[in-house]
Amino acid sequence: MKIREVAKLLNAEILTGTDYLDEEVYSAFACDLMSDVLAFVDNHTILLTGLTNLQVVRTAEMMDMKVIVFVRGKRPDSDVVELAKKKEMVILTTELPMYPSSGILYSNGLGR
Amino acid sequence: MDNNTLNIRYEVVAKDFSRAGEASSALKKVLRKLNISPDIIRKVSIPMYEAEINMVIHANGGYIDVDITPETIHVVLTDNGPGIADLELAMQEGYSTATDNVRELGFGAGMGLPNIKKYSDDMKITTQLGKGTTVEIFVNIPA
Ligand SMILES: Nc1ncnc2c1ncn2[C@@H]1O[C@H](COP(=O)(O)OP(=O)(O)O)[C@@H](O)[C@H]1O
Ligand SMILES: [Mg+2]
Repeated sequence: MKIREVAKLLNAEILTGTDYLDEEVYSAFACDLMSDVLAFVDNHTILLTGLTNLQVVRTAEMMDMKVIVFVRGKRPDSDVVELAKKKEMVILTTELPMYPSSGILYSNGLGR
Repeated sequence: MDNNTLNIRYEVVAKDFSRAGEASSALKKVLRKLNISPDIIRKVSIPMYEAEINMVIHANGGYIDVDITPETIHVVLTDNGPGIADLELAMQEGYSTATDNVRELGFGAGMGLPNIKKYSDDMKITTQLGKGTTVEIFVNIPA
């Protein structure tokens, strides 16, 4: 699935990374615990989370995750967006909670 | 120092959670420039990031020395924090003394030290109560 389609399916706003929307993503991991992202992520490309601190971007960077989706209408501070921009990541924000966001992506074939 | 070794030192600032991970990020960039494969980079970056965060949330910052040769990457994180009373216990999954405010930020699940062991080829911890902790991470670069 293209990142562009992820954004569309979640009716998400793109906070940074408009240059990369045609890149393909293959799977997602949904979690508010960065410790678990570090322990269990294996080649997932999208992180869905309700946390918005700087360490979310750092964690995604360490795991080579390209896209972060902030759920439940969460908006990060500008320093978070700036760091993601520097790391050439895509940041999306959706009003949808974690469960429907994950369900929509999964039922549309992401990670299946 | 022989010509085949690259040594880098990073400072880790105390009590500034927002900056935790800057050293790991900087090293990741260096390893990419050296054309080291993404799999090997992850084996270094994830443990180093866990240990760097530990230095900030459990100790008072410190410094990180990295030695890179064509065969190995060796990361040494040194702090003069409180030390670890029971290392065997600290190595167990789920054991954590992290505060609630660290938990709210998504850390402190007690998976850090086990995770360092899981991703690296070898690790070594030396610790002394009241003196500090040194965490060493070893990763081999396959020929
Ligand atoms: N550098 C350190 N200095 C002092 N204590 C540490 C250090 N690193 C780890 N610890 C202790 O070991 C425990 C387990 O660490 P870890 O597995 O990373 O879990 P977490 O960081 O989530 O608590 C910590 O809660 C802390 O008590
Ligand atoms: Mg830890």
